[in-house]
Amino acid sequence: MLLNITEKILARASGKNKVSPDDVVFANVDKVMMHDVSGPGVIAVFEKLKKTGMKIEKLWDPKKVWVAEDHFVPAADKISAQNVVLLTQFTKDYGISKHFKYGMGQYGICHTLSHEEAMVLPGEVYVGGDSHTNTTGALGAFAAGLGHTDVAYVLLNGKIWFKVPETLYFKLNGKLPDYAMAKDLILKIIGDIGTDGAAYKTMQFGGTGVSEMSVEERLTLTNMTTEAGAKSGIIEPDQKIRDYLAQRGAGNYNEIHGDANAQYAKVYEYEISELEPTVAKPFSPENVTAARELSSIPLDKAYIGSCTGAKLDDLRAAAKILKGRTVKIRTEILPAAISIFRKAMDEGLVKIFMDAGVMVGPPTCGACCGAHMGVLAKDEVCISTTNRNFPGRMGHVESQTYLASPLVAAASAVTGKITDPRDLK
Amino acid sequence: MKGSAIKYERDNIDTDVILPGPYLKIHDYNELAKHAMEGIDKDFHKKVKPGDFIVAGRNFGCGSSREHAPIALSYSGIKAVVAISFARIFYRNAVDGAFLLPIEVEEDAYKDISEGDQLDIETSKNEIRNLTKNKTYKMKPFPELIGKIISAGGLFNYKP
Repeated sequence: MLLNITEKILARASGKNKVSPDDVVFANVDKVMMHDVSGPGVIAVFEKLKKTGMKIEKLWDPKKVWVAEDHFVPAADKISAQNVVLLTQFTKDYGISKHFKYGMGQYGICHTLSHEEAMVLPGEVYVGGDSHTNTTGALGAFAAGLGHTDVAYVLLNGKIWFKVPETLYFKLNGKLPDYAMAKDLILKIIGDIGTDGAAYKTMQFGGTGVSEMSVEERLTLTNMTTEAGAKSGIIEPDQKIRDYLAQRGAGNYNEIHGDANAQYAKVYEYEISELEPTVAKPFSPENVTAARELSSIPLDKAYIGSCTGAKLDDLRAAAKILKGRTVKIRTEILPAAISIFRKAMDEGLVKIFMDAGVMVGPPTCGACCGAHMGVLAKDEVCISTTNRNFPGRMGHVESQTYLASPLVAAASAVTGKITDPRDLK
Repeated sequence: MKGSAIKYERDNIDTDVILPGPYLKIHDYNELAKHAMEGIDKDFHKKVKPGDFIVAGRNFGCGSSREHAPIALSYSGIKAVVAISFARIFYRNAVDGAFLLPIEVEEDAYKDISEGDQLDIETSKNEIRNLTKNKTYKMKPFPELIGKIISAGGLFNYKP
């Protein structure tokens, strides 16, 4: 029987020779992550378990657990500050040494750190207390988001149940034009299949479109598989992944590849060479249309941030547009990790942003999830490189968010209206 | 299990509206309950009674993985959500944490149930009886493992 990469990883992790879609397995987990929202959630589960009489003395393997502070940091208020204290005490008590403290060395959004710091490696089973854990599948790992109870279970047992997903295979032909990005493509795909189009399934990407794409651009694809309801997103590792990981000091891992002619539940083909800049209108990532169709929409703010849209390639794209121009609306650029902030500074991108009149800020999930650091007022309209535009997602329930690529967001910042980068004078 | 229906005629009710982002920093379950459904229904906490059910369309609980969402509903008194389909993380959070039952039904049943209808959910028979309308709907049986975790009272009580 021929297996695809996801089936092979789950078979390996559950000690079987083969698995098929719909099989239920308890998979051994290689890495588990929690942050300053899911971490205190997990701690609350621990407290609940202790009240039922369960004795919790140690974790299954603290070396396989890592923690990031990213949502309510820098501390949004007293409760948020207290949560970080709670999380820090937890990692100390249970011997978790890989804790990315905000404001100490390397820090940033957990999904960005997962690849930037090579926290996850090809062939691994990686789970995290956050829905965008799917992101890291671009490295060739099985990566899926879980809730607090499930993460707590993994911390104590080292395994978790999964229904083996069917795989939807997206064969991308050609190469993206210079005015379009992976973000335009994944929005187009979500528009086509819908926000539950991949529910409970894996979205796998391949073809020349992927091999031509940078690692960071691939991560944008897998990141937003979550918005199609997918359990995971995955891409077979290639030389670009090996080089990317080697630059980050990781070399010792066992890649897993699917069998040639493995089975997929469905294959979609996309010719991406003439892809239009694409925008998702409020209030759903599936509500997509060409950016040019929206050129009359006036904006209050442009936001370039989050695990989806503030990697180094995203910042480079924004800088390409903003160089020598000034912004007409409030514009905020928050690199997704401080290492990326530094690279952006070294490359001169931060200067370009500041010369354009942009607010450049520290990494945080804050505004993306409507928590703090730049939330929207009633009736405000924002163009954003983030991943969701549900009612109230980025602030007031009557604010509006249009999801777009960094190129479109930057071009729109310059004109004050939704703008296709090709139309910028 | 008897209760009355609180109906939302919409698909894709996401976890951002079930429990909005600013409250993610809260981990007191009773405090979270005060903000349940705030993104689409400011009056939810006033009208919900212990034992009520939510009835909604497709892809209930999509979006963020926040377990706060089923927690807020559960501590508001909601015992089950009856929907055409569920997003995966909400579904497993509801079951593994033993917060509420995610019950899948056909579109006809979803359409037929009105706000305030008295429902009697009998999972052992895979049936929902609408006592107000005197009708019976089928519910999709729980997959084997899900049924076992529910019977055990959550993932931590389940012995594989």
